[in-house]
Amino acid sequence: MTLDVARVRSDFPVLGREVNGRPLVYLDSAATSQKPRSVIDAMTEYYERYNSNAHRGLHALAAEATVAYEAARDKIARFVGAPDARGVVFTRNTTEAINLVSYAWARRRLGPGDEILASVMEHHSNLVPWQLAAADTGATVRYIPVTDGGELDLSDLGSLVTDRTKLVAVSGMSNVLGTINDLGPLVEAARAVGALVLVDGAQLVMHTPVAFTELGADLLAFSAHKMLGPTGIGCLVARPELLESMDPFLGGGEMISDVTLEGSTWADIPFKFEAGTQAIAEAVGFGAAVDYLTQLGMEAVRDHEVELSRYALKELGSVEGVVVYGPRESERRGAVFSFNVYDDRGELIHPHDVATMLDQDGIAVRAGHHCARPLMRRLDVPATNRASCYVYNSESDIDALVESIERTKRFFIGG
Amino acid sequence: MSAEDLYREIILDHYRSPRNKRRGVEGAIDVKHDNPLCGDELHLAVDVRNGELSDVAFDGRGCSISQASASMMTEAVRGRSVSDALGIAETVRLMMHGESPSDDLGDLMALEGVARFPVRVKCALLAWMALKDALGRVDGRGAPA
Repeated sequence: MTLDVARVRSDFPVLGREVNGRPLVYLDSAATSQKPRSVIDAMTEYYERYNSNAHRGLHALAAEATVAYEAARDKIARFVGAPDARGVVFTRNTTEAINLVSYAWARRRLGPGDEILASVMEHHSNLVPWQLAAADTGATVRYIPVTDGGELDLSDLGSLVTDRTKLVAVSGMSNVLGTINDLGPLVEAARAVGALVLVDGAQLVMHTPVAFTELGADLLAFSAHKMLGPTGIGCLVARPELLESMDPFLGGGEMISDVTLEGSTWADIPFKFEAGTQAIAEAVGFGAAVDYLTQLGMEAVRDHEVELSRYALKELGSVEGVVVYGPRESERRGAVFSFNVYDDRGELIHPHDVATMLDQDGIAVRAGHHCARPLMRRLDVPATNRASCYVYNSESDIDALVESIERTKRFFIGG
Repeated sequence: MSAEDLYREIILDHYRSPRNKRRGVEGAIDVKHDNPLCGDELHLAVDVRNGELSDVAFDGRGCSISQASASMMTEAVRGRSVSDALGIAETVRLMMHGESPSDDLGDLMALEGVARFPVRVKCALLAWMALKDALGRVDGRGAPA
């Protein structure tokens, strides 16, 4: 089954607008995706019909809000193949989910001599929390190198994962290179030494079908806003036993079992990790986003991206002076393309200049270091442009991009 | 707004053929500034003799706006007194916030269009922030002998 892109597009109100007098070509979904009408409506309906605090009131509205909030949790668990919804903790976003693990687990379990293994292609949100935790505990952060082809270099796995390794924290899919990492060997090596595996799924779960149990990870973090849902909510999916063994992250209302002036005991999971009033409307929207993707079918989403990647790699690759980073094979990547444009003298046309020119044509891309400065250094570039596609993008968007890049080149090569 | 509003011919000329893009002279005040948003890096070397900017040079990498702005700056402030240079820097800063300068700033007027592209203002001001920083370090070094 393939996606009917024209039909998908009609579900996204924002795609009907113009930018600088041209129809919007939105190629920045890796930063944040657009939202379908069904997500916007679900959140509006919550506010108009049953706005209330979940898990607190006894009245009808509170009951409805609680049911909707928990229904969202169930949908998310099913969506990522987590057998037990108690293993789904709502957070603000991927970053907070990772920080939850760094505070509630790493800071309490790690000490001098212990190692956290991340990789050179990580987003800062899966790097900085570990550097901070290491500084607090005396542990060390080590990094899996990245090959010239933009993949994790696991050739020296035996020396990367050792008895000292306590946590492997790695991206499921690179937000810069588009690489979908083969986590199998890493998970196996981590298992062998008793290390936990955390997968940064911020770019993974929206691009390809994910079964948490098959992934073999202990922890999986992702955000709603990159998968058609609202900003301000994400989640940490974990093995329930692991969550039970962890101490709380934030203290406050609704995360306790009992509180006395001498001390407190904690609520059951997942509530132990959900202190304070949660983002209820956003949870409802998150659930609606998962419904939308489930209806499309993640296999179809994946097929669509493989096809689109094949086309984009061919078209971008045929433009003189354009360098595309990451895997060449569309099967190895999601439809996220970082590239740079060089002029006739071989000089980089800075991504900010490219992005401004593309914007003039109504094309939205990201330009910068994509919160991945170690990877920029590895690629030896100050920054890149990134065109990131999703369910509403088609070959015509790639055509528009290529045409605008050609125009940009002509402009800067000019006189 | 069009690309031509931002990328005036003078800006493209300074971008393609930057002036004073080289190492600073011996003894110059050296500062490095960067824009973490885009990874732009700028080294600025200012030599102050007898209260005047006797030499201004820059190096680094960045977008056309940041590079052209740095190039134009070196020409605009070279030979000026420290206080004149700081005055020009302030005028450029205000121009980036939409205030038209009362004096004609020559080539620098080409930067006026940047104000209409708020996300690019930081690019244009990178070199000027570095200049202010460098001149703040003059201390007694540049005072008349």
